[in-house]
Amino acid sequence: MTIVTTPRRAQRAEQAGPPPARRRFRRQTRRAWLGIAYASPTAVMVALFFLTPLVLVGWMSLHRWPLLAPPTLNAPDNFTTIGDNELVRSATWFTIKYTVIITVLLFAVSLGLALLVQHRRRGVGFFRTAFFLPMAVGFASASLLFLGLLSDEIGPVSDLLRGIGLIDGYVSWTSGSANSALGSAVVLVLWRFAGFNMLILLTGLQAIPPEIYEAARVDGASRWQTFRSITLPLLRPTIALVLTLMVTGSLLAFDQFWILTRGGPDNSTTSLVMVIYREAFIRLDLGSAAAISVVLLVVLVVFNVIQLGVLRRRSN
Amino acid sequence: MNRSRIGYSVTGGALAILFLFPLLWSGWASVRTGSGFGLENYDRLFTSDNGVRPQHVLNSLVVSVLTVGGTLFVATLGGYAFGRFKFPGRDVLFLVTLAILMVPYATILIALYVLLGWIGLEDSLVGLSLVLVMFQLPFSIFMMRNSFEAVPRELEESAQMDGCASVGTLVRIMLPAVKPGLITVGLFAFLTSWSEFFAPLILLNSTDKFTTTLAVVNMRTASHGSIDYAALEAGVVFMAVPCLILFAFMQRSYVRGFTSGAIKG
Repeated sequence: MTIVTTPRRAQRAEQAGPPPARRRFRRQTRRAWLGIAYASPTAVMVALFFLTPLVLVGWMSLHRWPLLAPPTLNAPDNFTTIGDNELVRSATWFTIKYTVIITVLLFAVSLGLALLVQHRRRGVGFFRTAFFLPMAVGFASASLLFLGLLSDEIGPVSDLLRGIGLIDGYVSWTSGSANSALGSAVVLVLWRFAGFNMLILLTGLQAIPPEIYEAARVDGASRWQTFRSITLPLLRPTIALVLTLMVTGSLLAFDQFWILTRGGPDNSTTSLVMVIYREAFIRLDLGSAAAISVVLLVVLVVFNVIQLGVLRRRSN
Repeated sequence: MNRSRIGYSVTGGALAILFLFPLLWSGWASVRTGSGFGLENYDRLFTSDNGVRPQHVLNSLVVSVLTVGGTLFVATLGGYAFGRFKFPGRDVLFLVTLAILMVPYATILIALYVLLGWIGLEDSLVGLSLVLVMFQLPFSIFMMRNSFEAVPRELEESAQMDGCASVGTLVRIMLPAVKPGLITVGLFAFLTSWSEFFAPLILLNSTDKFTTTLAVVNMRTASHGSIDYAALEAGVVFMAVPCLILFAFMQRSYVRGFTSGAIKG
């Protein structure tokens, strides 16, 4: 069909509707506009509350930015002074130490729990729920819960240990010594997050086809051999995901130390995010807080990108 | 065989007791008083000088309702757009939304604090809720996109043949089909906003704007002398009970959505 642009033909064509190809094109354009309309709230939220602060935190890190006065450019002072800040140095070491401890212990406990409850057996639903239930309590609430639980005033832990003769006298778990304060936070985090990580590992375990285990059993493989050469390799992407979540979460630790140990004794459990808070709202130096944030942010993004790369290569 | 089953039951049982013990203990400690049992600790929680006020509970409810409503609104429309439409910039926007997960929010909250001040939302429950909605987006958008993608195309097309307008199709045909996703997203948004601590700590300044979590933690951090542990445990129980009730009712869909989102995200 040739399109003749006499007025009459055009009029008739319009009455009959446009030819199919153009109609499809129009419909696609209409759908594209609809899609844009539906996606616009997301776009606005992401642009305003994610991309803007991302740029802003970088901009702030280049300025002397007091909480209550206009900012002035001072790049790169905020970054060069980070290294001189004694608290930043000790907090960095502490945060790294804490991250290593948590990642190792939390992973071991979570995987142990996941292996324990991976098969449909009697009581398995109850066990899973019991391990996961702490996740329903907010982390700040959980920190307060453990503050009481570990306190000498109303907590049963000290009484119990005294009863079986492991300790004597007054013990202040959350503020007595650097090690016991760290230990308190570690126990709290294990309790609160093991079930969550167990659940992720469980979905990974259940994605492994049972025929592979069957084949291994026919071949006479021992339990340990099966675990090492079947479970672990096939679980690798899930393990990578869980480890990423643990490392990221630990590097950003705040609630547990803010509430449970107050960063003490003697700043020994002050994490990096606590230092950011202190720079911003106690020393009222937002520029310095932004500079530390930028460094932490870059480290985390680099870490996550590497992790994602490893994950993708392995799953290919 | 038998020995391994006994080993499983004993280990599982012992661990379950260990995990449940802190929860049960806090419930018990919150009602224990000097002479026996009573609600004195709750009384002190709500009446002591720096205790929890009805205003704080109201603030928490406002923030939760705004966050849940906002998250459902943005994530439903966004999930529908990402799952069912082709438009320029779609994949970029989707990836940038997921990238929120890669940039943990403790590092941008200082900037958000300044930004909210610029747009007149300093020390405001609305500002806090908007930030919480943004942090919910990666999980929620992902979840809703998957839910919409799983709905059979014929369902939508037949509705359009019948002359249903696009918004009508979404509300009448699509929403009922993605209900499990909506429940998971809404529940997750509630649990996060109800118990979130760090964002309110940074973004809210005045005591009468405090959420319940902030007020309870404040009882601990503002006390220079002795800490009223029993009242704190009452606060813990008060905060946890709504979450535990909701969790009990919706455990199945919550856990399912949670894991599918976590795995693929």
